[in-house]
Amino acid sequence: MKTLLEVKNLKVHFPLKHSLFSGLRESVKAVDGVSFTLDRGETLGLVGESGCGKTTLGRAIVRLVAPTTGTIWFEGEDLANLSGAALRARRREVQIIFQDPYSSLNPRMTVEDIVGEALDIHQLADSQAARHARVVELLGDVGLDADYLQRYPHEFSGGQRQRIGIARALAVKPKLLICDEPVSALDVSVQAQIINLLQDLQREHGLAYLFVAHDLAVVEHISRRVMVMYLGKVVELADAKTIVRSPKHPYTQALISAVPEVDPDRKRQRIILPGDVPSPIHPPAGCPFHPRCPVAEARCRTEVPELREVGDNHLAACHLAGA
Amino acid sequence: MALLDIKNLKLDFRSGGTTARAVDDVSLTMTAGETLGLVGESGCGKSVTAQSIARLVPAPPASYPGGEIWLNGRDVLQMSAAELRSIRGRVVSYIFQEPGASLNPVFRVGGQIKESLKLHQPARATEAEVVRLLKLVGIPAPEQRVRSYPFEMSGGMQQRVMIAMALASEPQLLVADEPTTALDVTIQAQILDLLRDLKQRLGMAILLITHNLGIVGDLADRVAVMYAGQIVELAPARELLRRPLHPYTRALMNSVPKLHGAQDRLSAIAGNVPRTGDFPPGCRFAPRCPLARPECAAAPPALAEVETGRWVRCPYWK
Repeated sequence: MKTLLEVKNLKVHFPLKHSLFSGLRESVKAVDGVSFTLDRGETLGLVGESGCGKTTLGRAIVRLVAPTTGTIWFEGEDLANLSGAALRARRREVQIIFQDPYSSLNPRMTVEDIVGEALDIHQLADSQAARHARVVELLGDVGLDADYLQRYPHEFSGGQRQRIGIARALAVKPKLLICDEPVSALDVSVQAQIINLLQDLQREHGLAYLFVAHDLAVVEHISRRVMVMYLGKVVELADAKTIVRSPKHPYTQALISAVPEVDPDRKRQRIILPGDVPSPIHPPAGCPFHPRCPVAEARCRTEVPELREVGDNHLAACHLAGA
Repeated sequence: MALLDIKNLKLDFRSGGTTARAVDDVSLTMTAGETLGLVGESGCGKSVTAQSIARLVPAPPASYPGGEIWLNGRDVLQMSAAELRSIRGRVVSYIFQEPGASLNPVFRVGGQIKESLKLHQPARATEAEVVRLLKLVGIPAPEQRVRSYPFEMSGGMQQRVMIAMALASEPQLLVADEPTTALDVTIQAQILDLLRDLKQRLGMAILLITHNLGIVGDLADRVAVMYAGQIVELAPARELLRRPLHPYTRALMNSVPKLHGAQDRLSAIAGNVPRTGDFPPGCRFAPRCPLARPECAAAPPALAEVETGRWVRCPYWK
């Protein structure tokens, strides 16, 4: 069995407070009908701008937010419909690391307890000695010295804190790690350390990653395939190299052209999109991207484009994307 | 005459009885209409250097034990409060990373821009002028937008309002401190495009502070790279990006993944950025430098011109 995770038509809608007199019940459609698969040991990159639903999708898979409809098949079980002990058991295999290493660690716990707590919850250490030994081993895995065990999060730099977050996630031997913007808050010179660490850990432990980020260059570097989201929907999904070299969706094309180029001899034609991302409460009719799209036609305003094959293992949700 | 001439600037921060030097012997010049990129990681001193130009760093806790900041032929460090008020906005204006935090949430944006006009150009403090400024920075339907509150605008629109406010007094120097860091990449492209356009149309100089080397290549004529409170490399932007000379600049460029890049593994820089007040002796990059020799830790290297217009703080750059 190669496929580890299969998400089908997942929706996460957050209802808004509605007024007493209006019968309308509005909601933020953060994730709106997303389907994809993820293989064992694979890295799937997920990019999109703020508000596109990438973080909510990641959190829904770990069940930190409840899906509205849809299924999340993980090794033959639907995570979307699990609860209680069954969910807790499965959560051991799906872990998450967060963007902000400053707010995702309890400031009043020592490193040993932060990492050890994961072992306690899932009863993975028989004795205090075993727990201690395992925490030391985990810290070693992420490149931290055992001298740090009794220190508190504030004593560490951003990169070191992210390493602690990774050790905590790895403590329960997960098969899938959701990486929610793990390097965005770090200094540029430290980002590469964490990216390399994640790649090493993947090789050693056969981990699969859903790597959420807004930096396309980072995502291209670490991922095998890349998925692009816009307003709660997947607009393009393809091999990482393919999506960067020949993107088919006009949004992906604009996104890639907007990345500032370091190489002065490589000047690209920049596509400047007009306007902002529309509100996910009232997404535009038809193709959600049509108000900003440079090539939109009449039918884009009425017909919702399906995510369809436009090339070898290359999906795009655009009426005009040629094969 | 240079528009801006910073000479051997030193800036200390005092806290709890200890003094930490955040900026150490920084010298920079800018001519009128030039765009200079100031690049570095958090804590390298790039923002406080730029904020010192209009003396925006609260003193105390800051103090200036040495150096000069000549702006339009006058030393900012010797100015009285009244003189400082006369250059703030009129000679040098600022835009910051978080436009939402720089705007007052309880006033309409039109009123806030008008307030800036009243201070610096009272004759022009009219509704029509506010609309003209909003149009200048590319805000659609400016006649309606003057009535908007900041929360009704997106981050990109808020940053445009900040730019309109900074331009209200027609400054000769615009300091843009990470102006697009909080914005999405497609909005970042819009704002960079706007800055490029304004620079051409209005001929003002821009001091662009960023940690993103791609943005530097996009907009800047020259670049200064800072590390641990010092300038380590200064060069024309294209030349620096094509051929970085200082080991830190080189390591930084190699550690950033590039679009269309083919590397399997990034060459990471070991260790962490040193904290202010805790800078290593000798060369400050030596503990993380792949080319470091024992003598690097002994004596601090000087910033030297190694080729025409190219300055490097490392004797072993070759």
